[in-house]
Amino acid sequence: MDYINAIVLLLNYIFVPALAYGSQLALGAIFVTLIYGILRFANFATGDMMSFGTMVTILFTWYFQSLGINLGILPTALIAIPFAIIFMVGYMLVIDKFVFKYYRVSKSPPVQLAMVSIGVMFVTQAVVRIIIGPSDRRFFDGEKFLIKAGEFKEMTGLNEGLAIKSTQVITIVVTLILVSTLFWFLNKTKTGKSMRAYSDNEDLALLSGIDPKKIVMITWIIAGVLATIGGALYGLDKSFKPFTYFNNMLPIFAAAIVGGIGNPFGAFLGGYVIAFSEILLTYAYKKFFIYLLPESLEPNTLVQLLSTDYKFAVSFSILVIVLLYRPSGIFKGKIL
Amino acid sequence: MRKNLNVIAAYTIMMGLIILVGIFQSWNIALSIFNLCLISAVMTMGANIQWGYAGLINFGIMGYTALGGLAAVLISVDPVQEAWSAGGSNILLSLLLIIGMALAVRYVLKKYEKSKVRTYIIATIIIAGIIIIRFVSEPGIEAIEEVDPAKTGFLGGFGLPIIFSWIVGALFAGGLAFVIGKVALGLRADYLAIATLLISEIVIAIIKHEDWLTRGVKNVIGLKRPAPYEVNLQQTDWFINLVEKFNLSKLNLITDLTERQSALNQFVIEGSSIFVKLCYSGLFLIVVIILLILTQKALYSPWGRMMRAIRDNEEAANAMGKNVVKQHLLIFVLGSAIVGIAGAMLVTQDGLFTPGSYRPMRYTFLIWVMVIVGGSGNNFGAILGGFVVWFLWIESAPIGLYLVNLTTAGLADTHFLKVHLIESVPYFRFLMMGIGLLLIMRYRPKGILPEKIEIK
Repeated sequence: MDYINAIVLLLNYIFVPALAYGSQLALGAIFVTLIYGILRFANFATGDMMSFGTMVTILFTWYFQSLGINLGILPTALIAIPFAIIFMVGYMLVIDKFVFKYYRVSKSPPVQLAMVSIGVMFVTQAVVRIIIGPSDRRFFDGEKFLIKAGEFKEMTGLNEGLAIKSTQVITIVVTLILVSTLFWFLNKTKTGKSMRAYSDNEDLALLSGIDPKKIVMITWIIAGVLATIGGALYGLDKSFKPFTYFNNMLPIFAAAIVGGIGNPFGAFLGGYVIAFSEILLTYAYKKFFIYLLPESLEPNTLVQLLSTDYKFAVSFSILVIVLLYRPSGIFKGKIL
Repeated sequence: MRKNLNVIAAYTIMMGLIILVGIFQSWNIALSIFNLCLISAVMTMGANIQWGYAGLINFGIMGYTALGGLAAVLISVDPVQEAWSAGGSNILLSLLLIIGMALAVRYVLKKYEKSKVRTYIIATIIIAGIIIIRFVSEPGIEAIEEVDPAKTGFLGGFGLPIIFSWIVGALFAGGLAFVIGKVALGLRADYLAIATLLISEIVIAIIKHEDWLTRGVKNVIGLKRPAPYEVNLQQTDWFINLVEKFNLSKLNLITDLTERQSALNQFVIEGSSIFVKLCYSGLFLIVVIILLILTQKALYSPWGRMMRAIRDNEEAANAMGKNVVKQHLLIFVLGSAIVGIAGAMLVTQDGLFTPGSYRPMRYTFLIWVMVIVGGSGNNFGAILGGFVVWFLWIESAPIGLYLVNLTTAGLADTHFLKVHLIESVPYFRFLMMGIGLLLIMRYRPKGILPEKIEIK
């Protein structure tokens, strides 16, 4: 019985939250890696583009709520997301046309594009804050828990409860659907293959008649979809605050690089690597050992490897280690 | 003279703007903007050395700034004797252990060929070291943090004049940059940017949470000053006489004696805070001028030419026998040390150290906007960038308010759009920074004062 309790404990406090958080990071990381692989620059506006998409989602959610439309037990935001995506893709294409295109056509070095993305970052930040303000917003409605801790205890008769929030399930399911569609698109369709070819060797791709304009446009569309959904899922699960989104850029970059930048599958797994290591290393294992060990060996400290203050620092240290020993990432991205 | 006309014009306009703030808002605000402009100028010079001279991107600026601030605390605060006796020995022992660990790693690195076994040995040394250090330092840290936590709860510093911290801050930042440079300088440009940004986050996380060293988020307040205190000034005779002389024309208008005295008191209070700020301006100006002379000399020296050669064509410079890796490391350390000075200056001016206020994500990019806007590779441009961007960053709220009032003049004061826009005036600064950066990158990619290399 104690073993099952210990496992449920880990499931409840580590596995489920890390899986949800990892999925949110993974979507952001694929976004970064796609931009990096095809448009060839590190996009510092990542966090703010995600917060822009989430903001539009929230505005649509409020609109639908005022009309009285809802999905019952599911959050209203799910209907809002498709509309937000349309809006977001428009925003991305406008930014590309007025800002990034010029540098792409004149073949500027990637560093310059990264600097330009900092300008885009500032502008997007301002737009989001002017429209919706800097404060914390929750836009979740519907049924909050799929399984409540108390109900789980009653059902199984265990000491430890397992609480699964519906947002966590939605996050994981949506991520899986989205990512598998994306991989199917990249690997099986003609457009997807030409995108990969373009990312691999631009000159060769152009020679074989691939239209760069189309590739760039499709990249921005996919990026818009990923940014909106990733941001909205994070906001549903936690809450929406522009500054948090801005800060999330760092773990997202870490995930993309750990997985091997330019490699979407690596980015996908990188998100989970970062999320799990953050939570595994900062979790206090005291209760876990109390269940497993005989009474005489029970620990009297928290058995915490690092204090939770260092949560962010953990993922960055992993990144530094990966950079030192395997600069192309765990799953072999581009060598930088 | 003609060649430098645009430099002189740009600086005259900048000074004129600050004087306008003095006339229309108050001299106090104008001087605090001016002081922070000077500090930003020092930071920008540091970043400019790395980016403009050598083409290295360093997004770790806030990490070095925080280390500079830490230096100010460690130098100027008096040592806390009880804390030292409570846990000082444990901390010193841990310090020795860290040094021993570093030496052991170094020995392994030198002694053995690169292999899997070596990697594992190093990993073992580091992990075992961390565990031992945690065991040794934990009781010491707890004892130290229990010593009067409301006031101290940390080891304190050396009790020296705070000015020394400007040099020590440079040393700290340079030391950190040496380690980071050894680790990360081989990476490609945009990768280096991300790595340094993340490392600065780690450094700040450590400063924020190691209370025994820095008091963490409890902040260190009341640091010593290199300038006189306002309260003391207000009771000094020569200062009161000076203020009286300055405001004689205004004071003479008042005939009533008691009224005249209270007006004079008012002037003395205002004057004292302006005087203190002027003292800081003087100190900062000296630092900026010294750094400007040094960096200008370096730019036109053989070393400066070599750096430009390395920046413009690394392979060619390498082929000419220049040690690119070594020079990159050197310039990385130098630039970071300058940023460290700025960090110590910032804490000196504020008189308090607040680790929570170092936000890498917020200020790093601001400093970089300064470098790009001012003109990378040009020291005068870098300083100008620091001035222009900081000025706009502070003054964009009043400007934004004015613009909002102008554009919504036709709407009623209670109209929801107008109210909303007026509430969001503080965020216009982001818009200004972003649009400014985008416009400069597009139409004047070399900055306001572009790099100009003359053969002398």
